[in-house]
Amino acid sequence: MERRERFQTISGLPVRPCYRPEDAAQLEYPRDLGDPGQYPFTRGIHHTMYRGRLWTMRQFSGFGTALETNARFRYLLEQGQTGLSVAFDMPTIMGYDSDHPRAYGEVGVVGVAIDSLADMEILFSGIPLGQVSTSMTINAPASVLLAMYVAAGAKQGVPGDRLSGTVQNDILKEYIAQKSYVFPPAPSMRLITDIMAYCSRHVPRWNTISISGYHIREAGSTAAQELAFTLADGMAYVEAGMAAGLDVDVFAPRLSFFFNAHNDLFEEVAKYRAARRIWARAMKEKYGARDPRSWLLRFHTQTAGCSLTAQQPENNIVRTTVQALAAVLGGTQSLHTNSMDEAWALPSEKAATIALRTQQILAEESGVVNTVDPLGGSYFIEALTNEMEQAAHAYFQAIERMGGVIPAIEKGFFQREIADAAYAYQRRVDSKAYGVVGVNCYEVPEKVEIPLLRIHPETERRQVERLQQVRRERDNAQVEAALGRLESCARGQENVMPAMVEAVCAYATVGEIMDRLRQVFGVYREPALF
Amino acid sequence: MDRKIRVLVGKPGLDGHDRGAKVVARAYRDAGMEVIYSGLHRTPAELVQAAIDEDVDVVALSILSGAHNALVPAVLEGLRAQGIDDVLVLVGGIVPEHDVPGLKAAGVSAVFGPGTPLDTIVEYTKNHVRRAI
Repeated sequence: MERRERFQTISGLPVRPCYRPEDAAQLEYPRDLGDPGQYPFTRGIHHTMYRGRLWTMRQFSGFGTALETNARFRYLLEQGQTGLSVAFDMPTIMGYDSDHPRAYGEVGVVGVAIDSLADMEILFSGIPLGQVSTSMTINAPASVLLAMYVAAGAKQGVPGDRLSGTVQNDILKEYIAQKSYVFPPAPSMRLITDIMAYCSRHVPRWNTISISGYHIREAGSTAAQELAFTLADGMAYVEAGMAAGLDVDVFAPRLSFFFNAHNDLFEEVAKYRAARRIWARAMKEKYGARDPRSWLLRFHTQTAGCSLTAQQPENNIVRTTVQALAAVLGGTQSLHTNSMDEAWALPSEKAATIALRTQQILAEESGVVNTVDPLGGSYFIEALTNEMEQAAHAYFQAIERMGGVIPAIEKGFFQREIADAAYAYQRRVDSKAYGVVGVNCYEVPEKVEIPLLRIHPETERRQVERLQQVRRERDNAQVEAALGRLESCARGQENVMPAMVEAVCAYATVGEIMDRLRQVFGVYREPALF
Repeated sequence: MDRKIRVLVGKPGLDGHDRGAKVVARAYRDAGMEVIYSGLHRTPAELVQAAIDEDVDVVALSILSGAHNALVPAVLEGLRAQGIDDVLVLVGGIVPEHDVPGLKAAGVSAVFGPGTPLDTIVEYTKNHVRRAI
C-alpha cells in the first residue's frame, strides 16, 4: 500500500518504486556515457571537473543607477564571488532611453539603468575587466551593450582579446518565453550572426550567445520542454551561423547554455546529462564539427525563481540549496543562487549574501565536489537521462515538421505548449496533488517581515538628468554621423558591429541606436494568445 | 446569471512575464467568464481604451516589473477620466506588502501575490464585480 496512487516528477513524468539494471540495460558505456571529459560528455565536460576548478559563482545583480550597482558588484566580489552578472532594467532591455515615455516608472527598478557608455564606465569603475568575466542578460540590444563593454574595456586599457564574458543574445527564447523582443526574427538572427563573426575576430574569449532554457522553464514549461526547446534553439543558431557562411568550428566553441534548476533533484540532473549528450552528438554527427570544443555543452545554471514562495520566505533558502545541489551534481560551469526574498522584491544585501554562502557551503563543506558525476550509473538517473533524451527528440521532430524553430514560433507552438504546462502545474498545486510548503500545506497565518530592497524614488529623475547631461556634452555631429553609418550597415550586408562600437564611443544612447535599427528592421508583435 | 462577466486581463509596462496573466486568463475562462487578454507591453492609455472598447466589468492587471506604483494608478486615473467608476480593478504579481495600501487607495480592489489559488481569484472576482450581471 503506497501513500499515493501515482508518483511523478514535478514535470509529470511517472516514477516507478525502484529502478533495476534492466532499466538502463541498453546503455553502452563508451558510446552513451564515456568518462568525464570524453565524448559524448554525458558525465561532464572536464576530466577533473570541480577537483580542478570550482564552478564560477556568478550572482545576477543590478538595480538603480550604475553607481549603486557598481557598489553591489564590488561587495559581491569582496565576498568571494568569482564572476559578474549584470541585470539591466526594463527600458534598457527593451531598447528605450530612461526619458522615453514607455520607461516611466521602470527606470532602475528590475535592474540597472544604462543609457550610454558614460553609465557603463561607472558600472565597471574599479573592476579590472581583464581579470573578471562578465555575463550580461541582454537580448534585443545585445549588440549595443556588447559594443559598450568593448568600449569600456578599451578605456581601461584592456583590448578585446583579453575580455571574457557572455551576452545572453538569445532572441529565440524571447519570442518563446521571456518576451523581451524588439525586432522581427529575421533581422534579429542577422544581428546575432554579426556578433558571432565580430567576436570570433575581435573578442575571441567572449561567449556570443547564452542559449537559455531558464526563462522557458520559468514561463511554466516542463523539464523536458526546457531541454528540447533550448537545444532546438541552439541548433537554429548553429544553422544560422553556417548559413551566414561561418565555419561551425569558428563560432560553436563560443556558444554556451543557461538552464534552470528546479525542485526535482533527479529530474534536473538527468536533464543536464541528457543535454550534454544530445548536443555533442548533434554537433559532431549532424553539423560535422571537428573541433572537440564545438561538441561541449557548457552551461550556467540559475535556481528556479518561480519555485520561490512569498509565504514563509526563509524556506526559500532550503529550496535554493536543493536546486543548487542539482546543478552541481549535474556538472554546471557557473551558478546563480536566488535570494529568499525574491517573491517580494529584488534581493536585499543580506539575502544576496546568504544565497552566495549557499554555494560556498556546497563547495567547501558538502563533499559533492570530490568526484565527477557522482550519480552516474544510478539505474534511476540513467533511465531518466534516456527518457529526457527521447522526449527531446520527439519535440525536435515536431519542430522540424513545422519547418523549424521560427515557423513554430510564428504558429504559437512553443507558447501554447508552455501555457498548457503552466496551467496544468497550477491546477496540480491548487488541488494539492503537488505540495508546496507554506502555500498549500503547512500554512500559517503570518505577517511577512523581512527587510526588502527599495529602489530610491529619485532614481528615475537622477538617471534622466545624467542622460540629458551626456546629450548636452557630447559631439552631436559625431553621434549623427556614427548613427548614419550604423544605419547604412543595417540596411546593407556589412557587419553592424564596428559601426556600433563607433556609435557607442561617440556616446550615442541605447534608445537612439535602437530607434535607428527599429526604423530599418521594424518591430515584432506577437499574437495575444492564452 | 444573466450574462457572462467580461474581464480584461492586462499587462501594463515593459515586462514580458506573462505566465501569471495567462494562467489567470484561463482560470477565468474555465469559470465561464468572457476573457480579453491585452497582450504584452501595453501602456496605461492602451489598457483604458481596451477596457472601454470591450466594455468589461473587470480589469485584472498583471505586473512583475516593480513599476506597479507608477502604472497601476495611471490605469485607474485613465478609467476615471473616461467617467468609468464601476469597473472592478485587480492586481496580480510581485508586489511588496508596503506598496499594497497605496494601490488600494488609488482604487485597486485587491492585490493577489504569488501562491494565490486560482479559485480564490475567481471567487473574489465573482463576489466583488460592481456592475449588474
